[in-house]
Amino acid sequence: MTGKQPFEAVVTEHGGTVLRVCRAILGPADADDAWSETFLAAMRAYPDLPAGANVEAWLVTIAHRKAIDVTRAAARRAVPVAQTPDDTAAGPADSPGDGLDDDLADAVTRLPAKQKQAVAYHYLAGLPYADIAVIVGGSADAVRRAAADGIATLRRTYLDAAGAASGTGAASRSERRDT
Amino acid sequence: MNTDDMTQILAGAFPDEPGDLRRLRERLARAAQRDGILDVAYRTVDSPVGSLLLAATEAGLVRVAYASEGHDTVLQALADRISPRVLNAPARLDEPARELDEYFGGHRRSFDLPLDWRLSAGFRHAVLSHLTEIGYGRTASYAAVAGLAGNPKAVRAAATACATNPLPVVIPCHRVIYSDGRIGRYLGGPEAKRTLLTLEEAAR
Repeated sequence: MTGKQPFEAVVTEHGGTVLRVCRAILGPADADDAWSETFLAAMRAYPDLPAGANVEAWLVTIAHRKAIDVTRAAARRAVPVAQTPDDTAAGPADSPGDGLDDDLADAVTRLPAKQKQAVAYHYLAGLPYADIAVIVGGSADAVRRAAADGIATLRRTYLDAAGAASGTGAASRSERRDT
Repeated sequence: MNTDDMTQILAGAFPDEPGDLRRLRERLARAAQRDGILDVAYRTVDSPVGSLLLAATEAGLVRVAYASEGHDTVLQALADRISPRVLNAPARLDEPARELDEYFGGHRRSFDLPLDWRLSAGFRHAVLSHLTEIGYGRTASYAAVAGLAGNPKAVRAAATACATNPLPVVIPCHRVIYSDGRIGRYLGGPEAKRTLLTLEEAAR
Protein backbone atom coordinates (compact mmCIF):
# COMPACT_ATOMS: atom_id res chain seq x y z
CA MET A 1 0.00 0.00 0.00
CA THR A 2 1.31 3.42 -0.92
CA GLY A 3 0.34 6.20 1.44
CA LYS A 4 1.56 9.72 1.96
CA GLN A 5 4.73 10.63 0.11
CA PRO A 6 7.92 11.29 2.11
CA PHE A 7 7.97 14.87 3.45
CA GLU A 8 11.18 15.47 1.49
CA ALA A 9 9.10 15.20 -1.70
CA VAL A 10 6.64 17.79 -0.33
CA VAL A 11 9.54 20.21 0.25
CA THR A 12 10.91 19.56 -3.23
CA GLU A 13 7.54 20.06 -4.89
CA HIS A 14 6.30 23.10 -2.97
CA GLY A 15 9.34 24.72 -1.33
CA GLY A 16 9.91 27.19 -4.16
CA THR A 17 6.28 28.29 -4.38
CA VAL A 18 5.98 28.80 -0.63
CA LEU A 19 9.19 30.86 -0.64
CA ARG A 20 7.78 33.09 -3.42
CA VAL A 21 4.58 33.55 -1.43
CA CYS A 22 6.51 34.40 1.76
CA ARG A 23 8.62 36.92 -0.16
CA ALA A 24 5.54 38.53 -1.70
CA ILE A 25 3.77 38.85 1.64
CA LEU A 26 6.70 39.82 3.87
CA GLY A 27 9.54 40.98 1.64
CA PRO A 28 12.93 39.28 1.46
CA ALA A 29 14.11 40.05 5.01
CA ASP A 30 11.43 38.10 6.89
CA ALA A 31 10.59 35.51 4.20
CA ASP A 32 13.22 32.98 5.31
CA ASP A 33 11.87 32.85 8.86
CA ALA A 34 8.31 32.45 7.63
CA TRP A 35 9.34 29.66 5.23
CA SER A 36 11.21 27.83 7.99
CA GLU A 37 8.35 28.15 10.46
CA THR A 38 5.87 27.02 7.81
CA PHE A 39 7.70 23.84 6.84
CA LEU A 40 8.60 22.95 10.44
CA ALA A 41 4.93 23.27 11.47
CA ALA A 42 3.84 21.38 8.34
CA MET A 43 6.28 18.54 9.04
CA ARG A 44 5.04 18.31 12.62
CA ALA A 45 1.41 18.01 11.47
CA TYR A 46 2.08 15.99 8.30
CA PRO A 47 1.24 12.51 9.68
CA ASP A 48 -2.26 13.80 10.58
CA LEU A 49 -2.94 15.45 7.21
CA PRO A 50 -5.83 13.53 5.59
CA ALA A 51 -4.80 11.44 2.60
CA GLY A 52 -5.73 13.17 -0.64
CA ALA A 53 -5.67 16.65 0.93
CA ASN A 54 -4.61 19.57 -1.27
CA VAL A 55 -1.03 19.91 -0.01
CA GLU A 56 -0.35 23.26 -1.68
CA ALA A 57 -3.47 24.89 -0.18
CA TRP A 58 -2.57 23.37 3.20
CA LEU A 59 0.97 24.81 3.03
CA VAL A 60 -0.29 28.25 1.96
CA THR A 61 -2.74 28.18 4.87
CA ILE A 62 0.13 27.54 7.30
CA ALA A 63 2.32 30.15 5.56
CA HIS A 64 -0.53 32.67 5.81
CA ARG A 65 -0.69 32.21 9.61
CA LYS A 66 3.09 32.23 10.01
CA ALA A 67 3.35 35.44 7.98
CA ILE A 68 0.83 37.06 10.35
CA ASP A 69 2.94 35.87 13.33
CA VAL A 70 6.13 37.22 11.76
CA THR A 71 4.47 40.57 10.97
CA ARG A 72 3.18 40.90 14.53
CA ALA A 73 6.57 39.98 16.01
CA ALA A 74 8.24 42.57 13.76
CA ALA A 75 5.70 45.20 14.84
CA ARG A 76 6.45 44.45 18.51
CA ARG A 77 10.19 44.74 17.88
CA ALA A 78 9.86 47.93 15.87
CA VAL A 79 10.93 51.15 17.55
CA PRO A 80 8.79 54.06 16.39
CA VAL A 81 10.90 56.29 14.19
CA ALA A 82 9.76 59.43 12.44
CA GLN A 83 9.87 58.55 8.76
CA THR A 84 10.17 61.41 6.33
CA PRO A 85 9.02 61.23 2.74
CA ASP A 86 12.70 61.36 1.77
CA ASP A 87 13.37 58.05 3.59
CA THR A 88 10.58 56.37 1.69
CA ALA A 89 11.78 57.71 -1.59
CA ALA A 90 15.31 56.49 -0.89
CA GLY A 91 14.14 52.86 -0.59
CA PRO A 92 14.23 51.50 -4.15
CA ALA A 93 17.51 53.31 -4.85
CA ASP A 94 19.22 50.95 -2.36
CA SER A 95 19.41 48.24 -5.03
CA PRO A 96 20.17 50.13 -8.23
CA GLY A 97 21.59 47.21 -10.26
CA ASP A 98 18.77 44.79 -9.63
CA GLY A 99 16.50 45.99 -12.39
CA LEU A 100 12.78 46.39 -12.58
CA ASP A 101 11.73 42.99 -11.29
CA ASP A 102 12.85 43.89 -7.78
CA ASP A 103 10.66 46.95 -7.99
CA LEU A 104 7.67 44.81 -8.92
CA ALA A 105 8.42 42.49 -5.98
CA ASP A 106 8.54 45.55 -3.72
CA ALA A 107 5.33 46.87 -5.24
CA VAL A 108 3.56 43.57 -4.44
CA THR A 109 4.83 43.60 -0.85
CA ARG A 110 3.60 47.19 -0.43
CA LEU A 111 0.02 46.35 -1.47
CA PRO A 112 -2.66 46.40 1.28
CA ALA A 113 -2.77 43.06 3.09
CA LYS A 114 -5.98 41.65 1.55
CA GLN A 115 -4.91 42.57 -2.00
CA LYS A 116 -1.40 41.23 -1.49
CA GLN A 117 -2.71 37.94 -0.12
CA ALA A 118 -5.20 37.55 -2.96
CA VAL A 119 -2.53 38.31 -5.57
CA ALA A 120 0.14 36.06 -4.00
CA TYR A 121 -2.09 33.08 -3.30
CA HIS A 122 -3.81 33.24 -6.69
CA TYR A 123 -1.03 34.26 -9.07
CA LEU A 124 2.03 32.82 -7.30
CA ALA A 125 0.54 29.73 -5.59
CA GLY A 126 -2.13 29.12 -8.23
CA LEU A 127 -4.98 28.66 -5.76
CA PRO A 128 -8.59 29.25 -6.89
CA TYR A 129 -10.36 32.25 -5.31
CA ALA A 130 -12.72 29.92 -3.38
CA ASP A 131 -9.75 28.21 -1.67
CA ILE A 132 -8.19 31.57 -0.86
CA ALA A 133 -11.46 32.75 0.69
CA VAL A 134 -11.28 29.82 3.12
CA ILE A 135 -7.73 30.83 4.09
CA VAL A 136 -8.20 34.60 4.46
CA GLY A 137 -11.91 34.73 5.34
CA GLY A 138 -14.70 36.42 3.41
CA SER A 139 -16.21 35.39 0.09
CA ALA A 140 -14.61 34.19 -3.12
CA ASP A 141 -16.00 37.30 -4.84
CA ALA A 142 -14.34 39.57 -2.28
CA VAL A 143 -11.03 37.78 -2.88
CA ARG A 144 -11.48 38.12 -6.64
CA ARG A 145 -12.10 41.86 -6.25
CA ALA A 146 -9.10 42.26 -3.93
CA ALA A 147 -6.90 40.47 -6.48
CA ALA A 148 -8.24 42.68 -9.30
CA ASP A 149 -7.63 45.83 -7.23
CA GLY A 150 -4.12 44.65 -6.43
CA ILE A 151 -3.32 43.89 -10.06
CA ALA A 152 -4.73 47.28 -11.09
CA THR A 153 -2.44 48.99 -8.59
CA LEU A 154 0.56 47.00 -9.83
CA ARG A 155 -0.24 47.95 -13.43
CA ARG A 156 -0.55 51.60 -12.49
CA THR A 157 2.49 51.88 -10.25
CA TYR A 158 4.90 49.41 -11.73
CA LEU A 159 4.07 48.19 -15.21
CA ASP A 160 3.11 51.58 -16.66
CA ALA A 161 6.06 53.22 -14.97
CA ALA A 162 8.31 50.56 -16.50
CA GLY A 163 6.78 51.25 -19.89
CA ALA A 164 7.37 54.95 -19.43
CA ALA A 165 10.95 54.36 -18.30
CA SER A 166 11.73 52.25 -21.36
CA GLY A 167 10.78 55.18 -23.59
CA THR A 168 7.30 54.23 -24.74
CA GLY A 169 6.02 57.21 -22.83
CA ALA A 170 2.64 58.52 -21.86
CA ALA A 171 0.91 57.38 -25.04
CA SER A 172 1.45 53.74 -24.24
CA ARG A 173 0.40 54.39 -20.67
CA SER A 174 -3.00 55.58 -21.76
CA GLU A 175 -3.30 52.72 -24.24
CA ARG A 176 -2.74 50.22 -21.48
CA ARG A 177 -5.44 51.83 -19.38
CA ASP A 178 -7.86 51.26 -22.20
CA THR A 179 -7.23 47.52 -22.36
CA MET B 1 -3.05 41.54 -20.51
CA ASN B 2 -4.56 38.21 -19.45
CA THR B 3 -4.17 36.11 -16.32
CA ASP B 4 -1.42 33.92 -17.75
CA ASP B 5 0.67 36.98 -18.61
CA MET B 6 0.19 38.33 -15.12
CA THR B 7 1.14 34.96 -13.60
CA GLN B 8 4.36 34.92 -15.64
CA ILE B 9 5.26 38.52 -14.88
CA LEU B 10 4.69 38.04 -11.14
CA ALA B 11 6.56 34.72 -11.04
CA GLY B 12 9.44 36.52 -12.77
CA ALA B 13 9.47 39.11 -10.01
CA PHE B 14 10.10 36.33 -7.46
CA PRO B 15 12.62 34.11 -9.24
CA ASP B 16 13.72 30.69 -7.95
CA GLU B 17 16.86 30.94 -5.88
CA PRO B 18 18.26 27.38 -5.66
CA GLY B 19 20.99 28.43 -3.21
CA ASP B 20 18.46 30.01 -0.85
CA LEU B 21 16.24 26.93 -0.96
CA ARG B 22 19.18 24.61 -0.27
CA ARG B 23 20.12 26.69 2.77
CA LEU B 24 16.51 26.73 4.00
CA ARG B 25 16.23 22.95 3.60
CA GLU B 26 19.38 22.43 5.65
CA ARG B 27 17.94 24.72 8.29
CA LEU B 28 14.68 22.72 8.26
CA ALA B 29 16.58 19.44 8.74
CA ARG B 30 18.44 20.88 11.76
CA ALA B 31 15.24 22.28 13.29
CA ALA B 32 13.36 19.00 12.74
CA GLN B 33 16.18 17.06 14.42
CA ARG B 34 16.22 19.54 17.31
CA ASP B 35 12.44 19.27 17.76
CA GLY B 36 12.43 15.47 17.63
CA ILE B 37 10.20 15.24 14.54
CA LEU B 38 12.82 13.90 12.11
CA ASP B 39 11.48 10.34 12.17
CA VAL B 40 13.58 9.14 9.23
CA ALA B 41 16.78 10.87 8.05
CA TYR B 42 18.49 9.71 4.88
CA ARG B 43 21.37 10.37 2.54
CA THR B 44 23.09 8.55 -0.31
CA VAL B 45 26.75 7.53 -0.53
CA ASP B 46 28.79 6.40 -3.51
CA SER B 47 30.41 2.98 -3.25
CA PRO B 48 32.06 0.30 -5.41
CA VAL B 49 28.61 -1.37 -5.56
CA GLY B 50 26.86 1.79 -6.73
CA SER B 51 24.91 4.47 -4.93
CA LEU B 52 23.68 3.32 -1.52
CA LEU B 53 20.76 4.87 0.31
CA LEU B 54 21.27 5.07 4.08
CA ALA B 55 18.30 5.78 6.35
CA ALA B 56 18.22 6.11 10.13
CA THR B 57 15.60 6.66 12.81
CA GLU B 58 16.40 8.16 16.21
CA ALA B 59 17.18 4.57 17.29
CA GLY B 60 19.76 3.85 14.62
CA LEU B 61 20.43 2.75 11.07
CA VAL B 62 17.19 1.25 9.76
CA ARG B 63 17.80 0.70 6.03
CA VAL B 64 20.60 0.36 3.51
CA ALA B 65 19.34 0.15 -0.07
CA TYR B 66 20.91 -0.53 -3.42
CA ALA B 67 20.13 1.64 -6.43
CA SER B 68 18.59 -1.43 -8.08
CA GLU B 69 15.87 -1.42 -5.42
CA GLY B 70 14.87 2.10 -6.53
CA HIS B 71 15.72 4.67 -3.87
CA ASP B 72 12.41 6.49 -4.34
CA THR B 73 10.53 3.22 -3.89
CA VAL B 74 12.49 2.50 -0.72
CA LEU B 75 11.82 6.00 0.67
CA GLN B 76 8.10 5.57 -0.01
CA ALA B 77 8.19 2.21 1.79
CA LEU B 78 9.90 3.87 4.77
CA ALA B 79 7.22 6.59 4.77
CA ASP B 80 4.51 3.91 4.74
CA ARG B 81 6.02 1.60 7.34
CA ILE B 82 7.73 4.01 9.76
CA SER B 83 6.59 7.61 9.25
CA PRO B 84 6.11 10.07 6.37
CA ARG B 85 8.33 12.54 8.25
CA VAL B 86 11.29 11.66 6.04
CA LEU B 87 13.98 14.20 5.15
CA ASN B 88 17.27 14.20 3.31
CA ALA B 89 19.32 15.04 6.41
CA PRO B 90 22.89 13.77 6.10
CA ALA B 91 24.12 14.64 9.61
CA ARG B 92 22.50 11.60 11.28
CA LEU B 93 24.20 9.34 8.73
CA ASP B 94 27.72 10.71 9.18
CA GLU B 95 28.97 7.77 11.24
CA PRO B 96 27.41 5.02 9.06
CA ALA B 97 28.79 6.76 5.97
CA ARG B 98 32.26 6.93 7.53
CA GLU B 99 32.26 3.26 8.54
CA LEU B 100 31.04 2.15 5.11
CA ASP B 101 33.78 4.22 3.49
CA GLU B 102 36.36 2.46 5.68
CA TYR B 103 34.81 -0.93 4.86
CA PHE B 104 34.93 -0.33 1.11
CA GLY B 105 38.52 0.87 1.50
CA GLY B 106 39.42 -2.48 3.10
CA HIS B 107 40.15 -0.86 6.46
CA ARG B 108 37.13 -2.06 8.43
CA ARG B 109 36.02 -5.63 9.12
CA SER B 110 32.91 -5.09 11.22
CA PHE B 111 30.46 -2.27 11.85
CA ASP B 112 29.97 -0.60 15.18
CA LEU B 113 26.67 1.22 14.70
CA PRO B 114 23.36 1.47 16.54
CA LEU B 115 20.83 -0.47 14.44
CA ASP B 116 17.06 -0.15 14.30
CA TRP B 117 15.74 -3.65 13.54
CA ARG B 118 12.08 -2.67 13.17
CA LEU B 119 11.89 -3.69 9.49
CA SER B 120 12.77 -7.28 10.34
CA ALA B 121 10.83 -9.65 12.58
CA GLY B 122 10.44 -13.31 13.60
CA PHE B 123 12.60 -15.99 12.05
CA ARG B 124 13.99 -13.56 9.46
CA HIS B 125 15.27 -11.38 12.26
CA ALA B 126 16.71 -14.42 14.02
CA VAL B 127 18.61 -15.34 10.85
CA LEU B 128 19.92 -11.84 10.21
CA SER B 129 21.00 -11.27 13.80
CA HIS B 130 23.35 -14.28 13.49
CA LEU B 131 25.01 -13.23 10.24
CA THR B 132 27.72 -11.16 11.91
CA GLU B 133 29.01 -14.45 13.33
CA ILE B 134 30.25 -15.28 9.84
CA GLY B 135 33.69 -13.70 9.92
CA TYR B 136 34.97 -11.11 7.47
CA GLY B 137 36.13 -12.75 4.25
CA ARG B 138 34.41 -16.05 5.03
CA THR B 139 31.19 -17.57 3.72
CA ALA B 140 28.52 -19.88 5.11
CA SER B 141 25.74 -21.91 3.50
CA TYR B 142 22.04 -21.12 3.83
CA ALA B 143 21.68 -24.43 5.69
CA ALA B 144 24.38 -23.44 8.19
CA VAL B 145 22.72 -20.08 8.72
CA ALA B 146 19.33 -21.75 9.28
CA GLY B 147 21.06 -23.85 11.93
CA LEU B 148 22.58 -20.77 13.59
CA ALA B 149 19.06 -19.35 13.85
CA GLY B 150 17.88 -22.52 15.58
CA ASN B 151 16.07 -24.32 12.74
CA PRO B 152 18.49 -26.23 10.46
CA LYS B 153 15.62 -27.40 8.22
CA ALA B 154 14.41 -23.88 7.38
CA VAL B 155 16.85 -23.41 4.51
CA ARG B 156 14.37 -21.65 2.21
CA ALA B 157 13.26 -19.33 5.00
CA ALA B 158 16.90 -18.52 5.71
CA ALA B 159 17.42 -17.70 2.04
CA THR B 160 14.35 -15.43 2.09
CA ALA B 161 15.64 -13.69 5.21
CA CYS B 162 18.92 -12.95 3.46
CA ALA B 163 17.18 -11.78 0.29
CA THR B 164 15.05 -9.30 2.28
CA ASN B 165 17.80 -8.02 4.58
CA PRO B 166 16.95 -4.35 5.29
CA LEU B 167 20.60 -3.65 6.20
CA PRO B 168 22.74 -5.19 3.44
CA VAL B 169 26.54 -4.75 3.64
CA VAL B 170 26.29 -3.81 7.34
CA ILE B 171 24.56 -7.14 8.10
CA PRO B 172 26.65 -9.39 5.87
CA CYS B 173 24.06 -11.46 4.01
CA HIS B 174 26.52 -11.38 1.09
CA ARG B 175 28.57 -13.99 3.01
CA VAL B 176 25.79 -16.55 2.69
CA ILE B 177 26.00 -18.74 -0.44
CA TYR B 178 24.74 -22.16 -1.59
CA SER B 179 26.62 -25.17 -0.24
CA ASP B 180 27.50 -26.16 -3.84
CA GLY B 181 29.29 -22.84 -4.27
CA ARG B 182 26.61 -21.01 -6.29
CA ILE B 183 26.46 -17.42 -5.18
CA GLY B 184 22.68 -17.17 -4.72
CA ARG B 185 20.26 -14.29 -4.70
CA TYR B 186 21.23 -10.82 -3.54
CA LEU B 187 19.32 -7.55 -3.15
CA GLY B 188 21.97 -5.62 -5.04
CA GLY B 189 22.32 -8.29 -7.74
CA PRO B 190 24.88 -11.15 -7.95
CA GLU B 191 27.55 -8.78 -9.30
CA ALA B 192 27.44 -6.66 -6.14
CA LYS B 193 27.62 -9.81 -3.99
CA ARG B 194 30.70 -10.98 -5.90
CA THR B 195 32.30 -7.53 -5.55
CA LEU B 196 31.87 -7.59 -1.76
CA LEU B 197 33.23 -11.14 -1.43
CA THR B 198 36.21 -10.29 -3.64
CA LEU B 199 36.88 -7.13 -1.63
CA GLU B 200 36.88 -9.07 1.65
CA GLU B 201 39.00 -11.87 0.19
CA ALA B 202 41.61 -9.35 -0.97
CA ALA B 203 41.73 -7.40 2.29
CA ARG B 204 41.82 -10.43 4.57
